[in-house]
Parts: sequence; C-alpha cells; structure tokens
Amino acid sequence: MCGFVGYFGTARDGRTLLERMTAAIAHRGPDEQGVFTAPEVGLGHARLSIVGLGDGQQPMSDATGELTIAFNGEIFNYVELREQLRARGRRFRTGSDTEVILHLYDEMGDDCLSVLNGDFAFALWDARRRRMLLARDRMGVRPLFYTQRDGRFYFASEVKALLQVPGVTAEIDPVALDQIFTLWAPIAPRTAFRDISELEPASLMIVQDGSVSTRPYWSLDYPDRDAPSRHTDEREAAEELRALLTEATRIRMRADVPVGAYLSGGLDSSITSALAVGMAPAGLKTFSVTFDSAEHDESAFQLEMARALGTEHRAVACREGDIAAVFPDVIRFTERPIIRTAPAPLFKLSGLVREAGLKVVLTGEGADEVFAGYDIFKENRVRRFCARQPGSRIRPHLFRKLYPYLPGLQQQSAEYLASFFGANGHATDDPLYSHRPRFDGTAATKLFFSGDLRGKLANYDAAEELASRLPAAFARWHPLHQAQYLEARFLLPGYILSSQGDRMAMAHGIEGRFPFLDHQLVEFAASLPPEMKLKGLVEKHILREATGDMLPPVIGKRTKQPYRAPDSASFVGAGAADYVEAALSEAAVGATGLFNPKAVAKLHEKCRARPATGFRDNAAFVGILSTQLWLKTFTGIDSRSQAA
Amino acid sequence: MTDTIRDAVKGFVVENFLFGDTSQALADTDSLIENGIIDSTGILELVAFIEDRYGIAVADADIVPANLDSLARITAFVASKTPATA
Repeated sequence: MCGFVGYFGTARDGRTLLERMTAAIAHRGPDEQGVFTAPEVGLGHARLSIVGLGDGQQPMSDATGELTIAFNGEIFNYVELREQLRARGRRFRTGSDTEVILHLYDEMGDDCLSVLNGDFAFALWDARRRRMLLARDRMGVRPLFYTQRDGRFYFASEVKALLQVPGVTAEIDPVALDQIFTLWAPIAPRTAFRDISELEPASLMIVQDGSVSTRPYWSLDYPDRDAPSRHTDEREAAEELRALLTEATRIRMRADVPVGAYLSGGLDSSITSALAVGMAPAGLKTFSVTFDSAEHDESAFQLEMARALGTEHRAVACREGDIAAVFPDVIRFTERPIIRTAPAPLFKLSGLVREAGLKVVLTGEGADEVFAGYDIFKENRVRRFCARQPGSRIRPHLFRKLYPYLPGLQQQSAEYLASFFGANGHATDDPLYSHRPRFDGTAATKLFFSGDLRGKLANYDAAEELASRLPAAFARWHPLHQAQYLEARFLLPGYILSSQGDRMAMAHGIEGRFPFLDHQLVEFAASLPPEMKLKGLVEKHILREATGDMLPPVIGKRTKQPYRAPDSASFVGAGAADYVEAALSEAAVGATGLFNPKAVAKLHEKCRARPATGFRDNAAFVGILSTQLWLKTFTGIDSRSQAA
Repeated sequence: MTDTIRDAVKGFVVENFLFGDTSQALADTDSLIENGIIDSTGILELVAFIEDRYGIAVADADIVPANLDSLARITAFVASKTPATA
C-alpha cells in the first residue's frame, strides 16, 4: 500500500517535480520514496512496505528495463499468479506482488487485469510501445486522479500531488458541489476540483501518441429479474458463501507484517475478525471507536465480540470536541466537501492503529452493499409495498421499524410517514426510485446555495445525470438489485471507500483490506436471488445463515445499526472550535461566494440553539463547513484573502 | 384573524426552515414536504411552535399532512383550534 505520481510528456526539471509531487503524498508511503525518469516519462512512488519488505522498491522495472510500474495496493492472489508464471518459465527477482504485474502485462497486455484479485491502482510505462497504462481495481478501493496541462499528462494517488504541478490550480467545480449536496459524492470522473478528474473503478486508461482513452475492464452485473436463479438451495448457497468469504479473508491476511482488524460491534466486522483470528497464529489485534453519546456508541458489542474471539482489543474514544478538533485535517485528506462527519472518527481510529505499530487492518466494509444490509434497501421494499395500496393507514407504520434510532420518525402518523418517504407519490418505475427520498432530502440543503452558484448551475440536475449513467440492463434487474447497484457502483467508491476508507486510513499510513469486496464474492452475491439477501425485512439473511456458528447470538442476530457520528452538535456549544466561527461568519461565507451568508448565519444559530436538528440541517451544516474548509485548505480563499 | 395566523406561521416557516431565504415564492398551498422545506424533525418543531404561540395542545391524531402540510392548512387548523381569539 502506497501512493504514486507521474507524468507523460515533454518536461523540464521532471525529477524535481516528481520529488515534490511524491513528497505531497508521503503520508501514504512513509517507509521509502523513489523516482524513475526516462525521456518524456516520470514515475514517483511513496512506499508503505507490507509485502517483499527488502526487495519491493518502486518504481520497479522488468529485466529488460522496458516495462516500469508504480503501484499502489495489493494483489492478494499474487502467490498463485507467481506460481503459474514460474511454471511457464518466468523468473522472478523479488518476492513482491508488484513484479507479478510486470510479468503478467508482458504476457497478456491489458488483459492482465482480468486475473488480478486485489485492491490496486497503478501506472505502467511500456517503453516499447511508448504508452502509459493506468488502471484501478474493480470496486474502487484505491484512488487515481489525473489532469492535463500544457500538453503533458499528470496522474497521482491524491489530488494534492497534482496541485504541485505548475499551472494546475485548485478551483471548486460547481457541478461537483451540486452532486455532493444531492448524491453525497461527485460522480467520477468528476472531482471537487474543476481541472482534475478521477479514473473510474474497474477501468483502464491508455495514454499514447498524445491521446487518452478509457474503457471498463469489468462491470458489476445482476441477473434479469425474470431469469431463473442458479441458486435454488439456500443451504448450498450459504456454504458456497462461507467458502468464498473464508478464501477472500485468507488471501487478505497475506503480508510480511502483522494484520489487525477493525471491530465495530456490528455483524460484518465481527465476521471478518472471527475468520481472521483463526488465521493469525500470533494473535489478532482489534480496534474500535467509542462515543460518549449512547445513540452512536457500540462499545458493549465491541467488547463482547473481542472477549468471544480473545483478541487484543484497543479502542479510541471520540468525545465531545474530538470531531471538531480533527475536522480540518479530515477535509485535507478527503479532498472534497462532505455532508457527514462520519469520516472523522475513522481518522482517529487509523491513528490508533498506527500508534499500535500496525500497518494493515481488515474491515467489514462492503458487506452492506454486497448482501443488502443498508436500511435504504428495506425502505425501498416498504415504499413499494405502500405504493401498491396508496392511502393505507397501516402499511406506513413499517417505516418506524426501519428507523428505531430516529426519534423524530417514531412520533409521526402513518400519513406523514407515507409523505416523508414518498410512498404514494413517486413512480415505481423511476430508475432512482429507491434513492429518491435520500436524494430529495439531501438536495434540500441547496437552499443555502448563493444566487451566484445557483446561476452557474442553472437547470443542472445531479440525479438526472446519475440516471443517465446507468447501464442498459439496469431496467431488467430486480428493484433490490437496482438499489444495490446504485450503492455499490456510486456511493461505495465515491464516498465510503474514499472519504471514509482509503483517505482516513492512509492519512496515518494504514492499509484497509476488505474481504467482502473480493470480486469473486461480489459476483457470487450479485447472482443470489434477492430474497436470500433481504428476507422480509431482515437484512443480510444469507450472510447470517453462513456465519451464525462463528458469532455470539447477540451479535449474529443483531439488527444493523448504521455507522453514524454526531454532526452539527460536534461544532457548537461550549468549547466550540474557533475555526468554526471564522469559517461560517458572514464575512467568510460572503468571501467564498458559494452560500447565502445570512441563511448560513441563521442555520448556525439554529444549530447552536437546538443541537438535535434534523437530517437536512445537519447535512447542510457539515456540507457548508467542509466546503469552507476545503476552499481555505486548497485555494487559500477565506475572509482574510478577500479583504486583502 | 386567519391573515394574522398565516403571517405568523409563514414568518416561522421562512425563518426556521428557509433561513430567511425568500428567493423562491412560497404559495399558501405549496406542500412543505414535497418542496423539501420540512422533514420529520421539522414537523415536531412546527407543532412546538403552534403549541407555544397559540397555547393549544396538538393531539397526536391531528399531526397529519391534512392539517399541517401547507401554510393554508396550518392556518385553517390553528384557526379551528383557537376560537377564543376570533
């Protein structure tokens, strides 16, 4: 796990630039840095040594010197691939997974991506063909950004490296902001930065002869809703799932350093930890976050699971003021505005892992997308159930069951519940039907956009753009699979794996590994009938069936508690951080020009007076504050610069 | 009387849910939910405002869109509950 940078095109002072770009992402690879230059080409690498500790230095060239790679991530099946390559007469100079990619590319060209099982992004320079191949893993675990300037093509693991390139400026993309304030994340290749793009997951890019082309090499696919399933026996399906998940975990325990695990107290990380503990002969270290507020804290379940597994467990407390204390750093690493504070505790958690001397952790991320764990999947089902009998006074009561942790909902009448969830009004053949309440509810935050920003956006509709990106087969999928696709293809790489995942972990040089996102397991889960995943209103049914014997009943039967953190309440009240007042002052908001200063002042006042505000106000508060911090961090715009 | 109630309710909605933003006209019959003005927490804020301002108790059975989902409906509902101020 590491970070890399590079360029392709005529350059002066290329090595100096590479060193500067690499230094900007040194946190991703604190163990060593290296650069490679050739006429018109440069690669830089910051290394976090995990596999091939003594001989895995990068950028790495093959024996001919004609192929050179800078690689971030892990190829988990590199042991098997190396044996196959050796059997075909290939000779290896290192024990690293990096060299495996070089050999595979030499044999298979771009098709080598099809045999890689891993979380990766890389740039591979082919001097024979004078082409640069860039690629990113299937689910979007590892990031890869790019831009063009003065005829030269630049790329990097994080945007902050690209901002080192002379002439590349940091300007907010208004459309990306609209997407964040509607969909929670920009739609790749768009990023928050107007001039910088992101390679989409499961895609490769070829830069050659002055042109750039991109194509997917894999896609997430679901069976047609009317097609007979190949999975008819639930017990057999559960056994196959268990075998795939065990193997996915086993190959993710491969490292030349100890591997730890996050343990949230929920089902998913309990399963990965339970599998991992049997594969860690020296014992497993587990890590979690605790909260002061009872509605967010899961420490009782964490301790129960740690005791049951016998792990060496550590927790970091996220107390009042802690989120505000780290939030500016969080935005420096997310490199995009966010509408929730949930990444902040994960920033603290990766810091705890680093303090404990580990570099690698397994997590349960991905299970909710792959096995239908999120509330939104149940909500989709209940809304469709209500829509079949509009005006029903009984059916909307089911919404209460979905959100026991939202007190505002528990007190509502059936009529209001139906209205909030659009249970009677939305067209059920809308491709975004499952997510409309979320998107509409989030888009209400755009109330705070300034007149100038609204003018720039004119009639832009982020949800419409998202709908335009859906594959042709989408209309033939079951409604659950449609909703799963929206989560797994967009929000997972756009927010969960980036803002909450890679960025928070790599801020402290920690590599997260995700057994549930093994592509073979993902493909298997996608092929399962919907009712094996969401049985009635019980989420992840087949996963529970497959792993029930591994967990204490209190964990195995636990209803999902969404991972959340205090939002606006983190930034108001006694001891509120000074920067919050400065960032949300009328002068500062007016200087940046994106939001209505008077409306923001009223929102700030409301949150101060009543910290228990609703979703829209919380999302708006965090979104506006993070945008103001983003602008200050990356563009230097704040009230003082305006005054100057 | 209803004009007074309507103005007070509109003032509350504009200040508390629109944060003073009057760039988009809010018609008396516009749905507060469908226009993204109010969410589940907002309903409870609205009910608290009505109870505090008009000294009436809003029964659970009355907290329905038919009574509270537009300025006109809220105005009519409050007027029906406050005959003494007529």
